Amino acid sequence: MAVREAEPITSLREVKEAGLDREDLLDIYRHMLVTRGIEERGHILYKQGKIPGSFYTGRGNEASAVGVATAMGPDDWGTPLHRDMGVHVTRGVEPWRIFAQYMGRVDGPTKGKDGNVHMADSNLGLIAMVSHLPAMLPVAVGCALAFRIRNERRVAVAWFGEGAAARGDTHEGMNLAGVRRLPVVFVCDNNQWAYSTPTYLGYGIEHLADRAAAYGFEGVVVDGTDVLAVYREAKRAIEKAREGGGPTLIESLTLRMEGHAVHDDAFYVPRELFEEWARKDPIERYRTWLRENADMSDEEEDELTGGVKKLLNDAIRRAEESPLPDPDTLAHGVYATPEELDTPHHK
Amino acid sequence: MAEKTYLQAISDALRQEMRRDQRVFVIGEDVGVYGGAFKVTLGFQEEFGPWRVIDSPLSETAIVAGCTGAAIVGMRPVAEMQFADFVSCAWDHLTTVAAKQRYRAGTPVPIVVRLPSGGGFSGGPFHSQNPESSFAHIAGLKCVCPATPEDAKGLLIAAIEDPNPVLFFEHKHLYRRIKGEVPDERYTVPIGKARTHRAGEDVTVVTWGAMVYTADEAAKQLEADDVSVEIVDLRSVMPWDKGAVLESVRKTSKVLVLHEDTRTGGFGAEIAATIAEEAFEDLDAPIKRIAAPDTPVPFSPPLEKAFIPQVDDVAAGLRELAQNYMNCLDLALPSPRTQDA
Repeated sequence: MAVREAEPITSLREVKEAGLDREDLLDIYRHMLVTRGIEERGHILYKQGKIPGSFYTGRGNEASAVGVATAMGPDDWGTPLHRDMGVHVTRGVEPWRIFAQYMGRVDGPTKGKDGNVHMADSNLGLIAMVSHLPAMLPVAVGCALAFRIRNERRVAVAWFGEGAAARGDTHEGMNLAGVRRLPVVFVCDNNQWAYSTPTYLGYGIEHLADRAAAYGFEGVVVDGTDVLAVYREAKRAIEKAREGGGPTLIESLTLRMEGHAVHDDAFYVPRELFEEWARKDPIERYRTWLRENADMSDEEEDELTGGVKKLLNDAIRRAEESPLPDPDTLAHGVYATPEELDTPHHK
Repeated sequence: MAEKTYLQAISDALRQEMRRDQRVFVIGEDVGVYGGAFKVTLGFQEEFGPWRVIDSPLSETAIVAGCTGAAIVGMRPVAEMQFADFVSCAWDHLTTVAAKQRYRAGTPVPIVVRLPSGGGFSGGPFHSQNPESSFAHIAGLKCVCPATPEDAKGLLIAAIEDPNPVLFFEHKHLYRRIKGEVPDERYTVPIGKARTHRAGEDVTVVTWGAMVYTADEAAKQLEADDVSVEIVDLRSVMPWDKGAVLESVRKTSKVLVLHEDTRTGGFGAEIAATIAEEAFEDLDAPIKRIAAPDTPVPFSPPLEKAFIPQVDDVAAGLRELAQNYMNCLDLALPSPRTQDA
């Protein structure tokens, strides 16, 4: 069973056909820079001892995360995972709140109750992940089920990795979505390594997207370092789901450019593989494309990178001013109160 | 007000809520055309259609996780596990996602999972269990165990209204055996408030679910011995009504904790420990526990009968407690030495 392998986008004309204007293109670039910047700065803060616990990055996955999130509509929902910082950034979470989250401060989205990328702002249509991957995949299917029950033109996006593809949650979620043709798009961040486990020890087929046919929907493989190709495939899949065309499984191929978490030096990944994928760095690749195809000037680029730098500096400063949680709040919020359901989407 | 079975009360509650609130939907295995393995949702699909009475694939994780997702975007899902035993397949989702989402991410998860539970029909190891204590141990979940038709209706509506994940343990042995007056109108029974099933003076039984009736039969036997038994029906084990238990213990000074679940780590252990911590001075006899032994639920009738606490077991336990009390009285009499002094 061969799946469709997406072609790269080459010209500005194709981009415009996919629904992006020049301002959108620069926003995408900014979101990718902010995404990488947050994780690079976070890594430094971690080494400085300012971030407790562990620290995860999605280096190499910025195009995939930002590309898919850019294709989502404002009323769509998603369940991004720990390599998908770009989704939070694109949906509009303020970076200072992410640093506050990293540092266990009260202004992080989880107010210090959970750490690292275990966060989401539900006001932005995102649901916070758990460590058990891909536990959130059938949750996104449930969002899609609600949209279908209510006949709303909304779509859910479920992220998972090629490692998590081995778990039963993936199967149950995709099967239910396929049976009911629910408006959900599955995005597999295939970064080739599940901690130290390579793909050939994780699954026995050529492409994970091949599995889509077994659930009765379309599968597509896309180069996850090509933000525009990812965007186009995600947009197609999301709009197809919105029109009642059922789910799509998008397999986005990347390489996890760092260890599973920052304690892990990824000695088990062949050096040549890192070198090969470093040449395909998604941000550098998109930067080149913007200069060659969208006339991004030096001034524009300087303004963009300068703005990102200032944003991150201010964000860290503001996060460091955020207090640590009061131990007396330990037992707060284990159970919700009825007033918490007094929100527009619960009425 | 009409007399209804426990099962009819559950079915009526669910139908009433679905008529009243478009957000409420039902999902589970065979709940649609077939009306559910126990026919709780019989006729629902005709009335509410296939998108509010959803026949799911055999996928407990997808059912419960799907409910979580739907709840987060504004629905009020009610999942049916075909048997409570099968909730083990959704254990990960309930304990990892649903239970913790409010605490760590501020996202309420208003879902209800209905769990036909309990034994007494040779259902064997996989169609007979009472797993409430496992879930009561997980912060963020609520566990409701109604004993009467009136409570079954009022607690189910309260569970649907509740902004948290609620596990609704409906005992299969009560479904068609127990009948009672059930108000026609909508009402709720607050989760976490016990009821006095039977008032008494001499000894307290703390229990829930089907064991309420086992305790009641035993209490009738004890009448002949002139021992007056009070039965506290907890109605829910998380949260549980500590105040009502302690109040009864302080009145009778003797307590038997009874449940159909297995003994070690069963919820009775928590109740016994709390009584020992907070009402030790009020006790005239050691706290007694009667529960199933620490084995899987066996199939063959004599084995299952030996597993599930029976009326005679409870009556014997109550007599022993009453006897202990008499011994306590003996000890309290002045000893010869005291008289000398």
